[in-house]
Parts: sequence; structure tokens; C-alpha cells
Amino acid sequence: MTTYQEQEYNKKIDLSLWRKLFKYVMPYKKYMIRLTLVMMAVGGIDVIFPLMTRYAIDNFVIEGKFEGLWIFAAVYGLLVLIQATNVKLLALNAGSIETGVIYDIRRKGFDNLQQLSFSYYDKTPVGWMMARMTSDVQRLGDTIAWGMVDMVWGFTMMVGIAIVMLFINFRLALISLSVVPLLAIASVYFQQKILKAHRRVRKINSRITGAFNEGIMGAKTTKTLVREEENLKEFKGLTLEMFDSSVRAAMYSAVYLPLVVTLGSIGTGLAMWYGGKAVMLETISYGTLVLFISYTIQFFEPVRDLARIFSEFQSAQASAERIMSLIDTKPEITDTPEVLESFGDVFDPKPENWPEIKGDITFRDVNFSYKDGEEVLENFNLEVKAGQSIALVGETGSGKSTIVNLLCRFYEPVSGEILIDGVNYKERSQAWLQSNLGYVLQTPHLFSGTVKDNIRYGKLDAADEDIINAAKMVNAHEFIMKLEKGYETEVGEGGSRLSTGEKQLISFARAILADPRIFVLDEATSSVDTETEKIIQDAIQKVLKGRTSFIIAHRLSTIRSADRILVISDGKIIEDGNHSKLMREKGHYYRLYTNQFMEEQEKEILGRVNE
Amino acid sequence: MKVGDSVKNFKLLWDFMKGNRLLYLASIISIGLATIFSFLSPLVIRYTIDSVIGGTPMNAPIWVMNIIESIGGQDTLRQNIWMCSIAVVLLSLINGIFTYYKGKWSAVASESIAQNMKDTLYDKLQNVRYDYYVKAETGDLIQRCTSDVDTVRRFLAIQLVEVGRALFMLGMAISIMFSLDVRMTLVSMSIIPGIFLFSTLYYMKVKASFLECDESEGQLTTVLQENLTGMRVVRAFARQPYERDKFDEVNRDFRGKVSNLISLLAWYWSFSDFLSMLQMGIVLVSGVYWTVSGHMTLGTLVVFTTYEGMLLWPVRLMGRILTDMGKTSVALGRIKEILDEPLDKDEKEGLKPEIQGNIEFQHVNFKYENGKEVLKDITFKVKKGQTVAILGPTGSGKSTLMHLLHRLYDYDSGSIKIDGIELRDIDKKWIREKIGIVLQEPFLYSKTIKENLKMAKKGVDEDRIYQSARIAHVHDVITSFEKGYDTLVGERGVTLSGGQKQRVAITRALIKDCPILIFDDSLSAVDTETDAAIRKALKERKKDVTTFIISHRINTLSEADMILVMEEGRIIEIGKHETLVNKPGLYRRIWEIQNTKEDDLTA
Repeated sequence: MTTYQEQEYNKKIDLSLWRKLFKYVMPYKKYMIRLTLVMMAVGGIDVIFPLMTRYAIDNFVIEGKFEGLWIFAAVYGLLVLIQATNVKLLALNAGSIETGVIYDIRRKGFDNLQQLSFSYYDKTPVGWMMARMTSDVQRLGDTIAWGMVDMVWGFTMMVGIAIVMLFINFRLALISLSVVPLLAIASVYFQQKILKAHRRVRKINSRITGAFNEGIMGAKTTKTLVREEENLKEFKGLTLEMFDSSVRAAMYSAVYLPLVVTLGSIGTGLAMWYGGKAVMLETISYGTLVLFISYTIQFFEPVRDLARIFSEFQSAQASAERIMSLIDTKPEITDTPEVLESFGDVFDPKPENWPEIKGDITFRDVNFSYKDGEEVLENFNLEVKAGQSIALVGETGSGKSTIVNLLCRFYEPVSGEILIDGVNYKERSQAWLQSNLGYVLQTPHLFSGTVKDNIRYGKLDAADEDIINAAKMVNAHEFIMKLEKGYETEVGEGGSRLSTGEKQLISFARAILADPRIFVLDEATSSVDTETEKIIQDAIQKVLKGRTSFIIAHRLSTIRSADRILVISDGKIIEDGNHSKLMREKGHYYRLYTNQFMEEQEKEILGRVNE
Repeated sequence: MKVGDSVKNFKLLWDFMKGNRLLYLASIISIGLATIFSFLSPLVIRYTIDSVIGGTPMNAPIWVMNIIESIGGQDTLRQNIWMCSIAVVLLSLINGIFTYYKGKWSAVASESIAQNMKDTLYDKLQNVRYDYYVKAETGDLIQRCTSDVDTVRRFLAIQLVEVGRALFMLGMAISIMFSLDVRMTLVSMSIIPGIFLFSTLYYMKVKASFLECDESEGQLTTVLQENLTGMRVVRAFARQPYERDKFDEVNRDFRGKVSNLISLLAWYWSFSDFLSMLQMGIVLVSGVYWTVSGHMTLGTLVVFTTYEGMLLWPVRLMGRILTDMGKTSVALGRIKEILDEPLDKDEKEGLKPEIQGNIEFQHVNFKYENGKEVLKDITFKVKKGQTVAILGPTGSGKSTLMHLLHRLYDYDSGSIKIDGIELRDIDKKWIREKIGIVLQEPFLYSKTIKENLKMAKKGVDEDRIYQSARIAHVHDVITSFEKGYDTLVGERGVTLSGGQKQRVAITRALIKDCPILIFDDSLSAVDTETDAAIRKALKERKKDVTTFIISHRINTLSEADMILVMEEGRIIEIGKHETLVNKPGLYRRIWEIQNTKEDDLTA
């Protein structure tokens, strides 16, 4: 869904930001220069057309002769052709800049997102990142390319007209353009007002969006509380406010535009007055008079758009700020230069230098906190031998997930160290560890594409047989064959066309294809029917076999079959042993187990207990 | 989209314009007048050049001649050209004033139509039937209520007025031009139909390219979204390079598609510019030819070149406006879909009796609109002040049963009587006022906690709020917040846990002070001890409130005066704890499970 955050605009032009952006435009320097030249040509020819008219009047009409009219027509036609070509060139060049800059910034942003740490992902909503990568980048690219076009065109034309006028008749030019300072003052004043008013409108608008959201989300409650009328009354207050401020914003424009037009006509009137007298005194030609009149009309055209362009640049700047903040965020977990040297980075790994992994894991005096002050793990120690399967049990917030996050190096210990095969994992690259790691999520995540594509994600160069074998191993083959197109069936966005159980099986197949040494399973709490449950259990056992594995377990059967069960509470291991040992002790685990047992049985009868 | 639909959609717009139609008309007339005045300036300029400066006798309507004569004729003007200049400025000023009114009135009209639309949509969305919310997609609805309304507003504020202006301009320009010089007018118009046709055809064609871009952007969004939401999977398999390639592919594809579109646009712009400028050139050259050969005056030539510029603009705009009209029609259609939903209201004036709390269900059947039978032959009777507990598997119809009582749905057959009055005859809102219900997933508005509580009953005093909050065991939680009861809830405030939300919602229902109270599985999100404490406090508070509790906790169930056990839409067991626990069935099985705690489980 859209983010309802109000957009705050920085009113000042932030030069350092634009300088940073310049880096992204540099690769398109060629286009930029071309575009500027073309735009100047466009503006120039716009200035020339009235000159042509002047020539026609002075040389043909006044002189009363036809000689050269065909040449004149040909020249005019040529100018038209050049101008049309220019327009095409400007669109193509601006388009190249727009699409190029957008492409580059997106790529850069995406690369950075691939490297940012989970601490970033945990506190940043996906919607926020999406908005940065889509609409903000788009707006920025648009403005850089097309805002430029408008600016250069308007500027060239105004300057060009002024120069030609001054050149042809200095005095008359000064008189005709005498309203410009007045226009400048009025423009600055009104543009500020318009911008401010629009900002207000946007703010109220986002509140209205929020109100709609709440109105729909809370509709059931509203009905039960019979609050429809009060809600509507409040909502009407908002739309009324919206009405007032939109109309106010429109009013400023409604006053500003006629003002520009009228000021412009004063220029035209002046040109006509003094020019007319001059024609009668024969100090200037008829053609010149007509030229000045056309110029005074043409001169004020770009001014009307100034407010729009200005506000576009402002909102582009706000977009730029946000997207740059995303690109400039540094990942918290990085490999040291030495590690990168020998093992390569995530995009460019050097697997030939990677040591074999056995699967011994040690947590040594590990301390960890997500935020300052809130210790999740304190002096945590754990020794796991290669091939052991560990079930982590405990309440929400006890620290189970943290242990797994640290093991996967999604986070790093604040102090202490984690050793894999006796070596601190910071001395190896992230890619090395994660390539040897299998990870199946609580809520399995699949990508759009076919079933086969999704399993192949575990090992990109796997042959079709390997994929089928992996699926067979986790009992997924059968249901896959029953799908419309078997392995070629599209799973839909996020795997939406499959059931939860099916998604889980595919994610197991994916993990088993990767054949990792260390396996992490974050077990789902959501229930599946008994039959699927059995199939999944069987799959889990096969996946775990012969690997070091950590399971955040919720199902009794999974817990029971682990080699070692760790009961975690407040970041500490309070019980450690296998199922029968812990049951005999009649401690935490015993109570947890009996409660769980009860709930599972109830679930079997009642379905999901908490709907 | 069919033409018929379009007509219906714009009919809807016409209805919404009610009350603003005159204002709108005034706005279009203003722009028409403004256009007329903007066309007069070139005429004055022409007159000044030809007659005042050039000395040719002028050919103007009698009244204009009279005005000129009254200020002393052409000679006076010749001495005082500034008078002509003043005329130009005055005409601009009048044009400006009308432009201002057009801007003001069209803004007022379109904004108030938009306001009206939003209010109507909001009202509608609050008052549609309950099952609408079950299937509603919030994101899509919001899109319709905001951006679709905005599309319509923009159409009204800008495009429609522009159409008016374009038509006025064409009409004015053509008639003035014809009156000046027929042959020249025909020359001026020669390419225009071509440009118009070209624009329209082109915009139809470019639509396909727009669509391709949209689709490609959609793919880009999907890849990005899946990557971000599946970041753990990406990392766990160290698939960053693969993901990068995948994104690069769609990113590249999008760039290509946009480039294609821009090439198309570039071609269009340059070609239509070419045609327009060519038209200007033709006017100039043939104008010069005829002026030289004495068929027309210099001033007329100037008028024609000026008008030509004014004419070309609306013609080129037409193609775009036609496309936008298509978009507006689609937006209107989407809005219409919401407005066509049936309302949740009584067919006839409902009764508003005092409610005691005696309830009787007799052979009640209910099925959803899709034909799925949810409740079958439900019969039971509750006396005022009794507590009824309901147990049953997911989908057995427990919640629906409660929704029927609240008149969120209406039963198909059988009868529900409250204090002897048929429920269907009682006013919907009245009965909802009298029955407090705490939904499974309660909703708190993004206001302060106190405001959320106060909305249950108008003018409720603070003591009453605190007292109710204590009963719901949430007073201490609330006062532990920095701002206490003034804490903002939701997006901009604190996030309450599920259990806390439930308890605030319970407080809200308690404040309402109803003779009938329903807890739709609302105590399951709080722990067992709090659950018990809340129930105890409830009991002490008031003896004569008829209470329904949906729960799976035997402790909760066992204290009820009556227990209903439901399965597949039927009541399969009914009675007190002592009875039910002694006969085989669902209730007993659950009871057994919940009481085996300390027995030997070591399987």
C-alpha cells in the first residue's frame, strides 16, 4: 500500500545535494551538451521566426515586390524543418538522459539494498524502500531531463529576444521591456504563495488518504459502535479544509496568470506606442514594429510556466534527498579488506579460495543488543558439534531468533565471537558463510516464476534431474506433478497460487538442493492439515540428516526428534539435553511440552484457536 | 470500454455537478469572454498599424467607428497612439479579469465537486453491508477514493474548461478570419484538419506503448518487492549476484520501453510541430503574396499570423484531452462501482423498544450471498442477565451467530426475538446501540485512548471511563504510558499489543453500558489469569446484563449459565458444564485435554 507519510520539502536549494547528483548525470555529459545546444537552437529559432516576418513585411509588403519571395519561402521551410528536427532531437536526448539516469540510480540503489544489514531492514518498511526506488527515482529523472529542457528553452528564448530587441533598437527595447522588473517582483511573490499553498494542500490530502484508510479498516468497528455519523462529520471537516486550501491555491494562480498577461500587454502597448511614433517619423520600419509587438507577446510565455518548473525542481530535490539517503546508507556488517581480498565480495565471490566447511559452531562470550541498553544475549556460550541438530524452544522474545540471526551473520555480536570450525567467522567472507547455509523461513518466501525456478534458486546450475530429486526427497514431487503444468507451473507473486504447506515443501526442496553444511529452520506456527503436517515432518527429517542444524521449533514432533533441545529464557540457556532427559527433569521444558501438547490436540479438534 | 458505460459514467459526473452546474457554466462563459477579448487585441493592433499609422481607411462596425469619431477620429489617434496602447492594455485587463473568474469559479466548482465525491464515497463506505468489508481490498478502495477522484477533479478543473476555451477560440478565430478574408482563412485552415486527425490517431496508437511501459514498470516493481520482502532468502542463499542480474534485466527492459515511448513521442512532437509551423509559413508566404498584390492589408496579415498561433494550440491539445477523457471515464467507472453497492439500512422504519435482554432464537437459518450455509436450524432461549458461552471449531458459525444478533447480517428464515419483539423489526442502529460487541480483531482509531473510549457513549464522565478500564484490567497499562489516557494510538502514536488492544476495546464496550454484551473470542488474546479477573469484575459489576462469550477455555465456559457447542452451523450440544462434561462429545474432549496437564504425557 502507499505510504501516507507527508512530504516535507526543503525550501532552500541544497547545492551539495545537486553536486552529488551531478555524478549521476556525468555519464550522460554527451547528451547533456547536445541537449543544451539543441535547446539553444530551438530558443534561437523561436527568436528568428518573428525576424522572418519582419523581413517579409519590410522587403515584400512595403516595397511591394515579389522578387525573392520563393527563396524566402524556401528559407522559411528550411527553418521549419530544422526546428522540427530539433524538437525530435531534444526529445530523444532528454529521453536518453531521463531513462539513463533513472536506470543508473535504480541499479545503484538496488546494489546497496543487497548489501545493507538486517538492522536496516528491521526498521525500514518495505513500502518506504519501494517508494524511494520507484516514484522518487522517476520524479528525479524526469525533472533532471525535462526540467532542464524547459529551463534552457525559456532562458534562451527570453535572453535571445532581449538581445535581438536591444540590438535592433536599443531605446524601443528598453521601453518595451520596462515592465520586466515589475514582473519579476510579482513572480517571486506569487510563486512563493503558490508553493506554500500547494504544500498545505498536499498535507491535508495525505490526511484525507489516512482517513479513508482508517474508515475502511475500522468499518466493522464503526458499525458496531454506530459511529457512522460522527465519523462522517469529522471527515467532512477534513474535506472542507481541503476545499478551502485548494481554492486558495487556485486563487493565487488565478490572479498570477492574468497579471502576467496584463503586464505583458503593457509591454506590447508600449512597443506599439513608441514604435508607432517611430514608424511615423520613419526612424524604424513597419517590419520592426511588427517584430517588437510579436516579441513582447512571446517574451512572457515562459514566465507562466516558471512556477510549475520551480515547484517541480523543489519536489525533485526532496526526492533526491530521500533516494540519496538510501544509496548513502552504509551496511553495518562488512567484510574487512583482507577478507575481501582473498574471498571476494557478494557480487564477485572467489569460491576457489573458500575453505571447506565442516559445521562445528561455537558461541564464545557473545553479547548482543538490538538497541543500546537492551541486552538480548549476555555472555552467551554454546558449543555445537558438526552434524548435531539443535532445537531452540522458549517464549517469544526469549532470544531464539537472535541466536539464529547471529549464526547467519545477519547481525554480528556486540562483543565475543562466533567460531565456525574453530575460526571467527569475521575472518571469512559473508558470502562464504551464507553459501554454506540453508535457511528455511517460518513463512516461506517464493519468487514469481515457475516451481522449477524456485527450487533452482538453491543451486543455479542444477540440472532438471537434481531439481526433481530434491523435490522427491522432501515429498514435494507428488503434488507438483498434480499441478497444471507440473514443474513449469507459475507460482504467482510471492507464491500466492500455492497453499502454505506446498510453499513450505518447495522451500525445503530449494534448501536441500543447495546442500548446505549448516541448516537453519524457523518453523511455522501456522497450522496445516494433519496429512501435510506428516509429509512436512518427514521432509524436515531428511533435510536435517547429516547437517549441523538449528531449529526454532514449534511443533512437538520436530522438537522431540532433535539431538539436543535448548530451552532459552531471557537470553540464557536454562535447560539443555534431549527430550527424554528434559522430560524426566520436570522443569521448564516439561511444562512447555505439556501445554503445547494440549494446544496441539485442541487445534486438531477446533481448528485454529486464535482466528 | 463500451460507449454505453462511458455515457453512464459521465451521467454520474453530471449528477455530482448538481449545485455547481451554474458556477461551472459561468466559468466556461468567463473563459469564452476572456477568449473574445484576447482576440480583440490583435484587431486593435491591426487597426493601429493599418489605419492609424499606415493611414488606410478602416473597415469596422459602425459603433466602433462612432467611438473613434467621438474622440476625434483617426487623426487624434495618430497624434496619440498611446490611446491605442491603452486599448490593448484594457482589453488584456478585461481578458485577465475574466481569466481570473474562470480560474476562481472552475476551482470552486471542481473542488466542491471533488469534496462532494469524497464525502459521498466516505459515507457510502461506512454504510455498505458488513460482508463488503470482508472481501474489500483496502489499497484498491483508497486508490479509487483518492487518485481516481483526483483524475476526475483535474478533468473538471483543467481539461473540460480547456475544451470550452478551445471551442470558443476556434469559433471566434474562424468567424473573425472569415469576415476579414475568406480566401486567406481557407489557406489558414488547410492543414488544421490534418493536424487534428493526426493528433487523435496518434494518441490512440501511443496508448499501446503507454500500456507496455506500465506493464514493464509493474514487473520492475514486482522484482523489487519480492527481493526486499525475501531479503532473508536472498542472503541465506547468497544470491545477491543473481538478484542483481534479475533486477538489471527488468530495469533494462523498462528503460528500453520508456525509450521506445519517448521515440514515439519525439516523432509525434516533431511531426506535429512541423505541420503547425508549416501552416504558419504558408499563412505568412501566401499572406505576403496577397498583400503585395493588393488583395489585403498589412494589418490583416498580422492578424492572421497572430490568430494562427492561437488556433494551432487548441487543435494540438485536442488529442491529449480525448485521451484524458478516456482516463476520466475509467476513473468514474471505478468510483461508480463503489457507489452502486447496496446500503446497510432498514427497509422500513424500525421499532425502538427498550431492551431488557431476553433473547430467543427459533429455527434460524442463514447463508452467505455465495450460497454457503452457515447457520442451520438454530434454536435456543436466553433469559435476561444470563451468561451464554459458545464453543466450536473454526468455521462452525459462532461469530456469524453473534453477527446476526447485532444485525450485521439478516437471517434468512426462522425468528429471533428480543424481549418478544422480532429482531428484524427493530431499527438496526438502535439495536447496535443496545448490544455491545467486542470483535475478534478490534480496531482503535488513530486518536488518543481517551477519545477512543469516549466515542462509545456521548458525554461519558471520566470516572466512568477509569472504572471501566479497571474492570477490563487495562487502567494500569494506560497510566503507565507517558501521556496516560492522552496517548495517541496507531500509526503516529504507540503500538498496543494485541491483548492491550482487546482490553481497550472491552473497556469501550463496557462504557457503552448495554443490556446485552458480546465477547467474540475477545478474551483469548489476554492470558488466563487476566481473563478470569475480567470475568469476575464483570460479574460483580452488573447482574442483569445478558452476556455472550465465545471462547475455547474450559474455565471460561464452565462458569456460564448455558453453553452452546456448535459444529458446522448447528448447535450440537447445549446445557451447563456439569451436564456436558458427563456425556461424550466435543465439550468433553476439550475438557479432557485441558485437564490432563499434570498427567503422564511422556509419550
